[in-house]
Amino acid sequence: MTAEPRPAADPAPHTFGRPVARVEDDALLRGRARFVDDIHLPGLLEAAFVRSPHAHARIRSIDCEPARAAPGVVAVMTFDDLRDVLTSDRLVVAMPSPSYLLEVHRPILARHETVHVGEAIAVVIAASRYLAEDAAALVEVDYDPLPVVADCHAALAEGGARVHADLPHNVVAELDTAYGDVDAAFAGAAEVVEDRFWLHRGGSHSMECRGVVASLDPLEDRLTVWSSTQTPNVAQRLLCDLLARDSDAIRVVTPELGGGFGPKLVFYPEEAVVAASAVKLGRPVKWIEDRREHFVVTTQERDQHWEMAMALDAEGRVLGMRGSLLHDHGAYTARGTNVVFASAITVPLAYNVPAYRLASKLLLTNKVPVTPIRGAGQPQAAFVMERLLDQAARRLGLDRAEIRRRNLVQPEQMPCRKPMKLRGGTFVVLDSGDYPAAQRLVMEKAGWDDFPRRQAEARAQGRHIGLGLVNYVEGTGRGPFEPVRVRVAANGRIHVASSATAMGQGTKTMLAQVVAEQLGGAIENVVVTTGDTAAMTLGFGGFNSRQAVMAGSSAHAAAVKVRAKALEAAAHMLEARPDELTIVGTHIRMRGNNRTIGLGEVARALEGIAGYVLPGNLEPGLEATEQVIVHDMAFSNGSAVAEVEVDVETGHVQVLRYLLAHDCGQMINPMLVDGQVIGGIAHGIGNALFEWMGFDANAQPLTNNYGEYLLVTAPEMPSIELFHRESPSPLNTLGIKGVGESGVIPTPAVIASAVEDALQPFGVRISHAPLSPMDILDLIARADGA
Amino acid sequence: MIGAERAMDEAERRLISVTVNEVVHRAEVDVRLTLADFLRHTLQLTGTHVGCEHGVCGACTVLVGGHTARSCLMLAVQAHGHSVVTIEGLSTEGQPLPPLQQALADHHGLQCGFCTPGILTTLTELLRDNPSPSDEDIRVALSGNICRCTGYQGIVAAVRSLLPSAGREVRG
Repeated sequence: MTAEPRPAADPAPHTFGRPVARVEDDALLRGRARFVDDIHLPGLLEAAFVRSPHAHARIRSIDCEPARAAPGVVAVMTFDDLRDVLTSDRLVVAMPSPSYLLEVHRPILARHETVHVGEAIAVVIAASRYLAEDAAALVEVDYDPLPVVADCHAALAEGGARVHADLPHNVVAELDTAYGDVDAAFAGAAEVVEDRFWLHRGGSHSMECRGVVASLDPLEDRLTVWSSTQTPNVAQRLLCDLLARDSDAIRVVTPELGGGFGPKLVFYPEEAVVAASAVKLGRPVKWIEDRREHFVVTTQERDQHWEMAMALDAEGRVLGMRGSLLHDHGAYTARGTNVVFASAITVPLAYNVPAYRLASKLLLTNKVPVTPIRGAGQPQAAFVMERLLDQAARRLGLDRAEIRRRNLVQPEQMPCRKPMKLRGGTFVVLDSGDYPAAQRLVMEKAGWDDFPRRQAEARAQGRHIGLGLVNYVEGTGRGPFEPVRVRVAANGRIHVASSATAMGQGTKTMLAQVVAEQLGGAIENVVVTTGDTAAMTLGFGGFNSRQAVMAGSSAHAAAVKVRAKALEAAAHMLEARPDELTIVGTHIRMRGNNRTIGLGEVARALEGIAGYVLPGNLEPGLEATEQVIVHDMAFSNGSAVAEVEVDVETGHVQVLRYLLAHDCGQMINPMLVDGQVIGGIAHGIGNALFEWMGFDANAQPLTNNYGEYLLVTAPEMPSIELFHRESPSPLNTLGIKGVGESGVIPTPAVIASAVEDALQPFGVRISHAPLSPMDILDLIARADGA
Repeated sequence: MIGAERAMDEAERRLISVTVNEVVHRAEVDVRLTLADFLRHTLQLTGTHVGCEHGVCGACTVLVGGHTARSCLMLAVQAHGHSVVTIEGLSTEGQPLPPLQQALADHHGLQCGFCTPGILTTLTELLRDNPSPSDEDIRVALSGNICRCTGYQGIVAAVRSLLPSAGREVRG
């Protein structure tokens, strides 16, 4: 596509590429923003769910009668009570893949069998949440416990328990990712390193839990659903199918969202139940997830068990890699095979790996389903690759930076086509970037070459400090499109509407910046609507670091069109040529004299007058809708260095410094980029050292509160040092790459590398995350004994 | 039966008087109603957010008698006779943002903003009691507030920018 750059002499302020203040902040800082739980409607009822206490059980019977008699209760419903308003008893959301061996769609409410703790079985709707919870405790469910599959290895056991009693086995999908002659690579190798890895992610823990409010307007027969979803347009399509309603008869709105981080892209049973209840009861219904529910029913990313080997020549060049991956999928398919798919293709991405073969199995377990959490399988892949490179460096007597330098994809290879395909069938093509330069930059800033001296000095004082280095690539901008409409209203306000969905990352500011750059530079004159199906019918929403790339590109294309049309119409109205005009603030000005006309006046003229020709014989309306299509992904990259100190008496790890040289192409707003990267690093530090979603042998969750499940707080965070490089993506006009998941990807790997470096005197090897203080003491003790 | 239920209801309700953001509110409330729900549902002051309901995340933190308190762990009846300040009381509609709020915006000290009400009340207490906190003081003060978006860096920078020494300090 083509874009006309703004003329160099254009006096309008630039908004693109600047650290513009966020349009979201004022309301948030005054307590005036409206989150889903802030929506109070007249006659509102509140829901509480009856949830399974068993990881696997047959449901013999459900007795709702005692609950129905409880104070304030309006309805107590199982699926059978809701079936007259629903077209299906299942949520069929699995993305297509040829790899499935089993179909395991979630029930809306479990009826005969429950397969994970927390699964919803019945709903109580009452005058308040307090009363609904009182009554939920009175619903009597008669369970017959069944054998439980609590982890991946048990899922594979011959003749072992089955997650669903009526399915023949527990392998939900098998994926082979392979290219090159792997066996020849290993046969000819000077050195082979291998290890087993256990990697764990945990939950997303957005500070706002999930929630949904549904209200049926009988006058218009329209159901409005406010949901804390990252994908309102997807939710709308599902609800239309489930409730057999036209798309105009259901509006889904994402209000202010208190963080997403992945799991809120999933459509959940509670959304279907609350919407169906509002239809059935004819009254507005609200359900707000509490944190205890979040721990057991919001999707997670959990265990991956890897076995991986790397073949190298004598100079440390990687010849090939092969291995296997077992992935805990949970009890149902709530999204697809995508986390494993991302893990599998990410392992060799940043480096030249001539041959690669990974056999992955997605295994059912009696736990809440697994779907992407910020990073979506990529941090695990980076961990596996980078740990093996550290091991190879040690074996070959090379510096850890040198072995990476010898294997990194080089700038002259760009665009670099990898012999692997994305899930949509197009090749993985690294679009731009200078990976070795990023590594050099972060090494220089971290004082890499001088560190052995500092380390030796510290050791002489009995302190164990270590440095880690990791390179990573992030696949961003998942296509195919995200629509944006730009419209100038008759009062001169610029309205931007998109199916892009804000979840706290500044999406509205981003869109306003891109549009204002073309239309006068006055951010305060731009009104952005996101996440509302009434404003945009097509589109997907927020996930996969895609919105700046996809919606940003569409916003730019639409704004360029509106600008051209505004100038053309104004030229006619001012008796000038378009190239003599420019837009500054809310007015179109003629260069060299004082003639101006308001954007609103032009918009009003283009609304037309009955019986008269439009200005310049133009098409009516001052607006444009664009949906730029891009199938290839834009790959951000970066190089991270972490410095840690390990207390070998207590196992405590303190991250002393964290530096990241980072490249997400052209930045729309450097302040927001910093925020995304630093926030991602905080998640990564949690994954490296703190966050563990534990289950016992019966798949009972062990970590259901923030005393047991540890999130990173301010004292654990070092001050992050960021260094930006900007290699524009050739895939879109603005040169943008996504950034939302970058920070998390290298972090568990770089912390592990640094901890291992700190513990060199003990010969400790680190091959799992998270690493608790007890793990570290245990590793030291075992290494001592070896 | 109906009479007995009503008697029980009356035993479980109390008339309370609470000053919230300098306005006196009188209401009859269930004794089990949390202060957070009283503020959010009864008074419709939805700026205070509930993030964990077990007193760890700090999003619901308000000032009670000038001291930070978890409104999810406090009952509305316990606030009887006390003065409560919420995020809505920390700025004035139609007026520019106060310095702390402006600093948070300037330093990108918030993203989704869900934890922000608790961060604001916590920092209001900190800066009142310790006008020159060190970085460590700031981080320790924030240790009872979980922010899942910012990595805390922008929040710390915002506070630092308000200190008398701000002009002289080097970023790092």
